[in-house]
Amino acid sequence: MLTTISPMHFVVLSAALFAIGLFGAITKKNAITVLICIELMLSAVNINLVAFNMFVTPEAFIGQIFAIFVITVAAAEIGVGLAIMLTIYRNKLSVDLDDFDWMKW
Amino acid sequence: MVEFAMNHTWLVPLLPALSFLIIIFFTRPWPRLSSTVSIAFMLSSFAVATLAAYGVFTDAQFKHEPLVYAIRWFGMEGLNIDVGVLLGPSSAMMIFMVTLVASLIQIYSTGYMKGDPGYSVFFSYLSLFAASMLGLIISSNLLQLFVFWELVGLCSYLLIGFYTHKNSAREAAKKAFITTRIGDFGMLLGMLAIQIIFGTLNLYELGQIMPNFEDYTTAGMMTLIAVLLFIGPIGKSGQFPLHVWLPDAMEGPTPVSALIHAATMVVAGVYLVGRTMFLFVEVESAMYLIAVVGAFTAFFAATIAVTQREIKRILAYSTVSQLGYMMLALGVGSLTASFFHLWTHAFFKALMFLGAGSVLHALHHKADVWDMGGLIKKMPITGWTFVIGGLAIAGIPPFAGFWSKDEILLATFNEGHYLLFTLGAVTAFLTAFYIWRMIFLTFFGEEKPDNHPHESPLSMTIPLIVLAVMATVGGLIGTPMNPHWQEWIFFGESHHIVPNIPIMLVSIALAAAGIGLAYVLYIKDRNKANVKDLAIRFKPVYTLLYNKYYMDEMYLWFNHKVVDGSARMTHLFDIYVVDGIVNGLGAVTKGTGGILRYTQNGKIQSYALVFFLAVLVITILLAFNDTTSMALVLGGVSK
Repeated sequence: MLTTISPMHFVVLSAALFAIGLFGAITKKNAITVLICIELMLSAVNINLVAFNMFVTPEAFIGQIFAIFVITVAAAEIGVGLAIMLTIYRNKLSVDLDDFDWMKW
Repeated sequence: MVEFAMNHTWLVPLLPALSFLIIIFFTRPWPRLSSTVSIAFMLSSFAVATLAAYGVFTDAQFKHEPLVYAIRWFGMEGLNIDVGVLLGPSSAMMIFMVTLVASLIQIYSTGYMKGDPGYSVFFSYLSLFAASMLGLIISSNLLQLFVFWELVGLCSYLLIGFYTHKNSAREAAKKAFITTRIGDFGMLLGMLAIQIIFGTLNLYELGQIMPNFEDYTTAGMMTLIAVLLFIGPIGKSGQFPLHVWLPDAMEGPTPVSALIHAATMVVAGVYLVGRTMFLFVEVESAMYLIAVVGAFTAFFAATIAVTQREIKRILAYSTVSQLGYMMLALGVGSLTASFFHLWTHAFFKALMFLGAGSVLHALHHKADVWDMGGLIKKMPITGWTFVIGGLAIAGIPPFAGFWSKDEILLATFNEGHYLLFTLGAVTAFLTAFYIWRMIFLTFFGEEKPDNHPHESPLSMTIPLIVLAVMATVGGLIGTPMNPHWQEWIFFGESHHIVPNIPIMLVSIALAAAGIGLAYVLYIKDRNKANVKDLAIRFKPVYTLLYNKYYMDEMYLWFNHKVVDGSARMTHLFDIYVVDGIVNGLGAVTKGTGGILRYTQNGKIQSYALVFFLAVLVITILLAFNDTTSMALVLGGVSK
């Protein structure tokens, strides 16, 4: 039997996705993995945006437009992030975040 | 012409000020040109002053109402300061006298300072000094007056310390400046109180409201203001106990001593008290204080002068003593007598200082009177003019000093201050004695073989002659037979003082006795055995007087023990308490920082964790604090 998809499903899905991304971003030692995890969190936000758009203002496309914005910004961000990672790697020969602790006293 | 001069009296101080600027900026490399500029401007200032004074003294309406004109200097709510001119009989008399004496002193200086490397600068300072004093005299406002008052102080500093290569001159300049600053501080406080309580510093307005001062403040406050205001004149006019700078001011070139001690700086204090007389007459105790300080200073300084050996030092203490007379006259309420003495004193004291300068010039700055003698044969003009000055200050009629001193003694007697009168009379005797002691030792008696005196050049003797004439006839405008002075310069109501023949005779007798005693001791007794005998027999007294009652030593003791001692204590307080607080604060901050820095480990992920936790906490707080946001977070969209 088919149950209708309620907002709750979307919220739970996006919350789960966000939590997974957050967990990864905080715990993973590989910088590339962390970047991927940040993408997961952004995707969770996108799901929320699109879903709420459908339930709150179905006739407008505000949520979708926001989601596209987020994707664009995320692409740019990932580009910059990867460039930084590359530079750091050339200097340090490592992508392990534990090695990057020179931002302290 | 007269009209113009009266309406443009500000030219009187402006002209010397301009000559100061011209000399400093343009003509300094050419000494002759500089002195010519200075004297030309001073003489034109004298011309304007004479015309203005003529205008005032020929129009009877100025007896009671001065001519006042002013422009606004700055203003705000409750504080309006004007700068302007107040031209009445007293200020007209003063500008005439100051410009005359200053012109003569400048002419004299061309001879005295000849060849000095600082010749041009000296003249520029003299001009500035005259400008400041003249500005002070015509000020219509206490703040304006105070500005010029300080300028006078500055110029005295520059001129006393003119011989910068001499350590004693530098020290004397500092002493003069700092001592008068102490007085100025009191005066400034008094002025502030006047502005706050009466809301104006305008002399004319203050004169109008003072009789009803009860509408503004209490009698106690008035007393405080009067005493504070009087501290300024104590410093400036060398009254006890702030007189110590005045004798040391002799370190400056002699024309400066004449200018400071005769016409300008020191009489500024007397003039200020005279100008603000309306305030002092309301407070009887302040008047009495002025009278007592004046009489005591007169007596005190005269006793010191008796034993001094340097010619200029004797004159300096004599000035202190004569200023005491002027204060005494003000204290007993006789502005007439005080300003009359100021007027005559300016001439005979300038005469004597310039004469002393002429002597020093001739003897190559040998200053001890015991090393001089018989100079009158070689320097007749200096000698005889000096004798005229001596007769004037001793109070021998018909010379100027007699009339003014008699007026003071009479006013004191008439007010019923018999003790002060006695002090004044004794001082008159002492004055005659010490001045004639100096004259006999310097100009009469045996000539000393190693002195080769010569008469000074014309530029120096002509001012002496002019001043001698003024010292002779200057008092005749205020005699009992011819009381013009008393008709014009007075406070409140002009009252014609009935001449008191016994007092006149007493004062003549005392003067003659003083001169006679000096004659017996220093001329008749040729080998001076008696004098030395006296000095030995009264050795303690002699030493006390010769060391000026150890006043300087007392000040030094006070400075070293009390001031330095308390400074040492406050230094400890500074090190341990003030610095302790500051350093403690620093140490606490440093320590906290040392602990907290370990939270900043440079690991990006721990920062992210903290960030996330913080967002979480904020969200939860928002959710449980506010129902609308709770709905937003927990179930705003569930239906």
